[in-house]
Amino acid sequence: MAAQTRPKRPIRWHIAVFLAPAVLVYTAIMILPLAGTLQLSLFRNINQSQVFVGMDNFRTLFGDPNWSAGFWNALRNNVWFFIIHMLVQNPIGVLLAALLSSPRLRFAAFYRTAIFVPTILSFVIVGFAWKLILSPLWGVSPHLLDLVGLKSLFTPWLGKEQYALTALSLVSVWQFIGIPMMLIYAALLSIPDEVIEAAECDGVTGMAQFWKIKLPLILPSIGIISILTFVGNFNAFDLIYTAQGALAGPNYSTDILGTFLYRAFFGFQLQIGDPNMGAAIATMMFLIILAGVCVYLFLIQTRLRRYQF
Amino acid sequence: MSTATRSLPRTIGAHAVLLTYTVIALFPVILVVMNSFKSRAGIFGAPLTPPTPKTFDLIGYTTVFGQGDFLHYFQNSLVVTVASLFFVLLFGAMAGFALSEYRFRGNTMMGLYLALGIMIPIRLGTVAILQLMVASGLVNTLTALILVYTAQGLPLAIFILSEFMKQVSDDLKNAGRIDGLSEYTIFFRLVLPLVRPSMATVAVFTMIPIWNDLWFPLILAPSEETKTVTLGAQLFLGQFVTNWNAILAALSLAILPVLVLYVIFSRQLIRGITSGAVK
Repeated sequence: MAAQTRPKRPIRWHIAVFLAPAVLVYTAIMILPLAGTLQLSLFRNINQSQVFVGMDNFRTLFGDPNWSAGFWNALRNNVWFFIIHMLVQNPIGVLLAALLSSPRLRFAAFYRTAIFVPTILSFVIVGFAWKLILSPLWGVSPHLLDLVGLKSLFTPWLGKEQYALTALSLVSVWQFIGIPMMLIYAALLSIPDEVIEAAECDGVTGMAQFWKIKLPLILPSIGIISILTFVGNFNAFDLIYTAQGALAGPNYSTDILGTFLYRAFFGFQLQIGDPNMGAAIATMMFLIILAGVCVYLFLIQTRLRRYQF
Repeated sequence: MSTATRSLPRTIGAHAVLLTYTVIALFPVILVVMNSFKSRAGIFGAPLTPPTPKTFDLIGYTTVFGQGDFLHYFQNSLVVTVASLFFVLLFGAMAGFALSEYRFRGNTMMGLYLALGIMIPIRLGTVAILQLMVASGLVNTLTALILVYTAQGLPLAIFILSEFMKQVSDDLKNAGRIDGLSEYTIFFRLVLPLVRPSMATVAVFTMIPIWNDLWFPLILAPSEETKTVTLGAQLFLGQFVTNWNAILAALSLAILPVLVLYVIFSRQLIRGITSGAVK
């Protein structure tokens, strides 16, 4: 706007001044290190100097059984982590949001505030609190299961290889359910009354109204939640680290890409830290996340029609 | 309007589901805080009952205050969070203003470039960030954390703020220009006050991940002087694995400040989300 109404000036310095601080910090601390990490994955430290080795680090990562087993294990666990989130977190989030948005519901503000509480807590609190609750030492969870007559189901979930990852995924779901709930809730509130009224005139009410009218209208929000979940899950680290330590026990059964990267980069116990291998793993994570974002942008988002009212 | 669709069983059902989930969401928090005020025998004997005069005990809190330097960690967290927040809001608002107000060559490209960081997590650059901080001698300083969190918060802040700044009326800004105000004065005196509500939303979104982050304090500033409260709590919990009183007290101390802040700001946060700040 401004450019047309004012006489042409050669350089509008204020634009540069407004942009410079953000662009400088963002470029120096985020973009360049990201590029630097991608670049480092092509080098290796030989005799105290970085030597270009091409794809050698990736050959080690996928060819050396010590590395590749760990990588595929972490990737598999990460996919399972993501699947649990998609199957549990998002449907429950949508359900809660749908209930919350029902007209003239009492205490809606209270429910909203309370259900969002876990999301603001730090991973350290969440990880440790659940570790204590699920611990057989304390006896809270066997006691609770006893109340509903299911005590025989209790096992130390976090200590068993076959359950630990699922248990931690559910803890993560518990923590983050507030985000899909809020975003869907916002989307449901933005559906205009006329649409709902028109549906009611046509006799579409209750469940049918939700499935046929509201759900198609909130699909774009569900798409955004899915990609946010994807990026968050494939970048997760803190919860596993606080609950199970950097070794992601028992026997690496809860190892995901974040903890795998941490061990490769810094080393842990028997393993020596290797920044170049760390960079190679970070590059793989970058490619996975990039692939997910591209699938979302080019396949999903373009097909979801945004309704303008 | 929709009284036709409302019926008593449906309302009861909705409340039942929401109440059940509220209990699930709050139960662990209440359990931890409740048990932190109990003696060891009380914690293990009757974990699900509130502290009674018989089981009431503050031994956990005295251990925590005697052992960890929590007040100092708390101060570090506060410095890092407030400073990063200040820079994110200031730089983010400036860049958002430039992108939404002026037409210049490369505007769209610049917007896309700055939005990249919303989707690609900064954590993936950690290897090179650590090298950069080592090279510039910033390891184990709060400055390193502030820089990283500023960069981390900027993309989303710019994106949201530029959306809001588009809504500020052009007439107002042009009136300012006619009165001879400089572009800087227009930004600081006219536009900033008008977008203050959306700044609060951005502030809450930026603040929570910074305060709760464990990864960067662990990697960039693990020294005793620069530990944040999250890292301090993590290490403390690791040392006191068997001292349940101390663990529960430390967890409660970590929960309470965030909870208090949340209760104060929850209205703002929820209004921010539901007003379509995040699309």
